[in-house]
Amino acid sequence: MSVEIGTELPALSVRLKRDDLVRYAGASLDFNPIHWNEKTAKDVGLPDVIAHGMLTMAVASRIVAEWIGDPGAIVEYGCRFGRPVVVPNDDEGALVEVTAKVTKDFEDGTVKVNINAAFDGKSVLTGAFARVRVG
Amino acid sequence: MPLDPAFTGRSYPPSQPYDVSREKIREFADAIGATSPAYRDTEAAKALGHRDVIAPPTFAIVVSMKTNETVMFDPELELDYSRVVHGDQNFTHHRPITAGDQLVCVAHIDAITSRMGNDMVTVRTEISTVDGEPVTTAKSMLVVRGEDA
Repeated sequence: MSVEIGTELPALSVRLKRDDLVRYAGASLDFNPIHWNEKTAKDVGLPDVIAHGMLTMAVASRIVAEWIGDPGAIVEYGCRFGRPVVVPNDDEGALVEVTAKVTKDFEDGTVKVNINAAFDGKSVLTGAFARVRVG
Repeated sequence: MPLDPAFTGRSYPPSQPYDVSREKIREFADAIGATSPAYRDTEAAKALGHRDVIAPPTFAIVVSMKTNETVMFDPELELDYSRVVHGDQNFTHHRPITAGDQLVCVAHIDAITSRMGNDMVTVRTEISTVDGEPVTTAKSMLVVRGEDA
């Protein structure tokens, strides 16, 4: 597979609701109450319950996995957690919009994909990228 | 009280082996809404060249959870857990985590720095099979918010 630098990956929109946070807490074993208990979240100064940064990171990885086909081709994945994704207790939840673009290729047959995950019009993961084997 | 940078370089004993199961991978894939057949269907994973179903790229956080807690609750480090925020995360996969793996984690404190009243602790967890094959290097940067930050 040859991949051109500048290639944009098919965009991905993911809605995160409270039940998604509870499900992720169970699957990941991260039961920090700021991800499901409004009172605890507000007590520590957050506007409301927030999504696990690791959930946002995991959801954003799907854009690459779905594009490349074999998720085992993702050899590196990293990001900084810039802003929280606030998840209200309603049917709408929080909409996370993920875009990504191939920005670099390396001699070892991998490419760098820069990933942007936005919530409320602002980027929530900073410097998110994946290195993906394409050759 | 700021963390003591002298803990840089500290390593922790290897964890108990973590048995990676197809069911846990499927549960995790469901929780992140990931649909790839490589996470769910052994034959599909084999067709891609894997031994069995593989785990999503961030699944290593589940494997290393207990080890990271050992660091966070290390009494000598005196880290105030209630002030800890996950700053950044990086996974380097030497190969995908695969169902049937028995994985051992070894945590290392790579760096302790202070900036604007916050402490930053970089923890590197080397995940390998019980036979010593390197699988994933997971790096987490934890921010310990200062009293006034």
